[in-house]
Amino acid sequence: MHQPIHALTDAYRRGDLTPTAVAEDYLARISALDGKVGAYLTVVREQALAAARESELRWRAGTPRGPLDGAPVALKDVLCTAGVRTTAGSKMLERFVPPYDATTVERLRAAGAVVLGKTNMDEFAMGSSTEHSAFHPTRNPWDLARVPGGSSGGSAAAVAGGLAAGSYGSDTGGSIRQPAAFCGVVGMKPTYGRVSRYGLIALASSLDQIGPFAQDVTDTALLLAAVAGYDRRDATSIQAPVPDYAAELSKGVAGLTLGLPDEYFIDGMDPDVERAVRQAIEVLKGLGARIERVSLPTTQHSLAAYYVILPAEASSNLARYDGVKYGLRIAGRDLIEMQSRTRAAGFGAEVKRRIMLGTYALSAGYYDAYYGKAQSVRTLVRREFAAAFARVDLIVAPTTPNVAFKHGEKEDPLSMYLNDVFTIPGNLSGIPGVSVPCGFNASGLPIGLQMLGRPLDEARVLRAAYAYEQATTWRSRRPDLS
Amino acid sequence: MTTYETVIGLEVHAQLSTRSKMFCGCPTTFGARPNTQTCPVCLGMPGVLPVVNRRAVEFGIRTALAFGCRVNDACRFARKHYYYPDMPKNYQISQYEEPLAEDGSLEVDVEGGARAIGIQRLHLEEDVGKLLHEGTLETAQASLVDFNRSGVALMETVSRPELSSPEEAAAYLRAFRAVVIFLGVCDGNMEEGSLRCDANISIRPRGSGALGTKVEIKNLNSFRNVQRALEFEERRQAQALDAGERIVQETRLWDADRGYTRSMRSKEFAHDYRYFPEPDLVPLRIDRRWVEEIRAALPELPRVWRQRAVAEYGLPPYDAEVLTQSRALVDYYEAALREWGPAPGARRERPKTLSNWIMSELLRVLPGDDERAISTSPIPPRHLVGLLQLIENATISGKIAKDVFQKMFVSGEDARTIVERDGLTQVADEGALVQVIDSVMAANPKAIEDYRRGKKEAKGALVGQVMKATRGKANPALVNRLLEDKLSQT
Amino acid sequence: MIDRKDVEHVARLTRLALTEAELERMREELNSILAHLDTLRAVSTEGIEPTSHAVDIVNVMREDEIAPCLPQASVLANAPDLSGEFFRVPRIIEE
Repeated sequence: MHQPIHALTDAYRRGDLTPTAVAEDYLARISALDGKVGAYLTVVREQALAAARESELRWRAGTPRGPLDGAPVALKDVLCTAGVRTTAGSKMLERFVPPYDATTVERLRAAGAVVLGKTNMDEFAMGSSTEHSAFHPTRNPWDLARVPGGSSGGSAAAVAGGLAAGSYGSDTGGSIRQPAAFCGVVGMKPTYGRVSRYGLIALASSLDQIGPFAQDVTDTALLLAAVAGYDRRDATSIQAPVPDYAAELSKGVAGLTLGLPDEYFIDGMDPDVERAVRQAIEVLKGLGARIERVSLPTTQHSLAAYYVILPAEASSNLARYDGVKYGLRIAGRDLIEMQSRTRAAGFGAEVKRRIMLGTYALSAGYYDAYYGKAQSVRTLVRREFAAAFARVDLIVAPTTPNVAFKHGEKEDPLSMYLNDVFTIPGNLSGIPGVSVPCGFNASGLPIGLQMLGRPLDEARVLRAAYAYEQATTWRSRRPDLS
Repeated sequence: MTTYETVIGLEVHAQLSTRSKMFCGCPTTFGARPNTQTCPVCLGMPGVLPVVNRRAVEFGIRTALAFGCRVNDACRFARKHYYYPDMPKNYQISQYEEPLAEDGSLEVDVEGGARAIGIQRLHLEEDVGKLLHEGTLETAQASLVDFNRSGVALMETVSRPELSSPEEAAAYLRAFRAVVIFLGVCDGNMEEGSLRCDANISIRPRGSGALGTKVEIKNLNSFRNVQRALEFEERRQAQALDAGERIVQETRLWDADRGYTRSMRSKEFAHDYRYFPEPDLVPLRIDRRWVEEIRAALPELPRVWRQRAVAEYGLPPYDAEVLTQSRALVDYYEAALREWGPAPGARRERPKTLSNWIMSELLRVLPGDDERAISTSPIPPRHLVGLLQLIENATISGKIAKDVFQKMFVSGEDARTIVERDGLTQVADEGALVQVIDSVMAANPKAIEDYRRGKKEAKGALVGQVMKATRGKANPALVNRLLEDKLSQT
Repeated sequence: MIDRKDVEHVARLTRLALTEAELERMREELNSILAHLDTLRAVSTEGIEPTSHAVDIVNVMREDEIAPCLPQASVLANAPDLSGEFFRVPRIIEE
């Protein structure tokens, strides 16, 4: 019964399937298979079935709430869910139960979606492999010895492994797009400000966005539309209306100009990745798109700028975790000792590293050289994209320089950071981007094609992704988890 | 023995009287049960975001204009990082490099006239929660936190270091408080912590150009404490310098019970606040039209009104000072004066009479600096005027009027109603009075004897007897005249 | 170059209790990362305004209206230590 959401709802309409049967099926698959994959941290069986039953009543009455009514979805454990433990993948919040829903969660419930559970992630969204979860690593359904990517590895693996029909993650430097590429699913990061961040446990406030993972582009459009739009609880939320993304998907790419950035085809990238991406570009040409070269020279400095900005903002956002009001507390003889021991015990090594880095970058005497400088470099990155988009409609590139690597392979922090080199610039500029499957390497590991668009141009990004997807059959290949 | 001169700057934090907090919709009322006026935002829970309260910005602009500050075209919020359990996020959302307003001044009345003390900057930020210690801060094994106050809108103003004595500092705070109460942006209730003050003080040998090492003094929660603490600090620093010691740049806490300042933490290792622009809040571009609307609605400030009251109404400065305790009180006075109107000949008296009655009677039963109490007074301005008119046209005596006033306060009725119902009309019927006078004189031959022999006070005693016999309702001036006539006849 | 004292100072600022071994490792790791970040210096940003927001929005404000608070029980539900209606923390020693 693992089908795209739009197929499920068609089946609900015809009466061929019911939301409860589908939910039961996913829950059974989770029981049977998630031991191997480790996509989930929390499964909310009773809540899911209750939501499924309510959905079923609506479908029977002919009054479904919309295209997500009865859709079984998973949520990255970085999204606050009222009454359901939300850990951010960290011991610090291992027992934290939020008293409120994130706006995204509220909207999903209102849409009738069936939340199956909370998925695994790198702790506080810091990582590119989900190996930094405080609880357990998640395994790539295509090869259990390999990582699913991160930090939204659990959400990506859940969709890839048939453990959820769709899911949501967060993307700060590629944390949706990169695991989507590694897991052979579609993953989208919207324009910064398109989806409310209220209730998203913050990593880097000026970079974070929530976005969907899906089996295909149509589902991606539906999942995005359900949660996008202005939220007055988020002062960085954009007031523009949300287009009906699904309705515009089949407009095709004829007449569109696609830009190929020189700087995204680098030495040392996996030749299989390069080959797959170039073949994808040929497909797009065949569909009527014009290809042009673009240059984004500051790409080479994006990683450094990001790894100043992110730790700085993260160190600030994580200052609140100190054992006073919620979360873990380790006893101490006095307040400072309690806080220091709590944070030492509650945070893993990567989180500590970034907090230290960020605190240093913001500290007296270093602000201008680091944070100030990085934010200026960021302006250059934004301007370069804007200039490129004056000539092209979309930018296409690889999502990652490599395919899913083995667990334990990238121990050196810097080499881990390099995973995000093609996705980071999109976050620095706040532009929307999607990763769609575009092939497999010789070992059968998925490869992702990235498409980036102008701010608020998700519709065009999705329609190009759709055109490519419909001209290929990558999505019919599924990992065998049995 | 060196003579030193003192340099003081004051940082004043005023809680803005907005209905809701600075960045969330929680109420700001004082005195609620602990942790009942909080939400995920002001508790700093994971995933929450702040949103700016427009009225707080309006209040900030209003105050900035009253102080003659330049309201900046653009301002932004910044995160100020430090760890303290009363601060949920372990950073405070404040303003740093781009504050709301800068470069104003506050006129302070000091010995020898008035001085304009510079106000360097005015900015908005959020308040922190309340910390209670099980015991004292020094001996407590644990502390307790109530986050009701966390997130309340605060307006911080920093004066230039231009105050030259502890007395001046207290005067600055008084003047500051009067203005913010007048503007309706802060209730000025220092017991409840609506207005808090930190001082920076240094001393230097008289005539020296360089500034001495400044010490920050915290926990100054009343005018008296501001003055006492700074006087203590002046002495402490002078003694230290005289003894050849160096002043340590630090933060000291004023201990009001023991009357000294003690070292809190060394400011030499100053807090590294790691300021950076608040990414969750977008910048504010202050619309000039909005500023002008606010400027147009500014009330006349206390100082300006006082000057006008002295010049136009002939009020003594003391009276003007008392009347400007609150905007409501000034409005009350002005309304009453308007109601009473000008009178031929008695023009100069009415403003003063009104002032006297407000100061000695109204302010005995109502707090003058309580906006709401004054504006909802059981005796509205026109009722007070009604009473004063009855005195002016001799319907009742001044003494009776005071009783009537009490009754008016309790019942809310107007003066005429009470006077007529209780039969308090002054007896001004000469014939009736002559009869009373005759019988009093007949009953007091000794007093008449004393008067004839030169004891003028005896007449007063007779007047008193007449007043007593008429139960105070006789018109005293008339009694005096009639008695005078009678006494001179015999 | 960040030295051992810098690392200790930063750890104190951010309330992280690091062991000897962690302090040393952190120093190495931070230096290695910082060496990479220092490459930013080579970028010419003369006259370039820093980006503080990825959206061009200004003046987002809310009306001064009261919204429902959390019930006290929810506020205190996740508290590691309570005393009645208050959060309880270990004694505060001024630094």
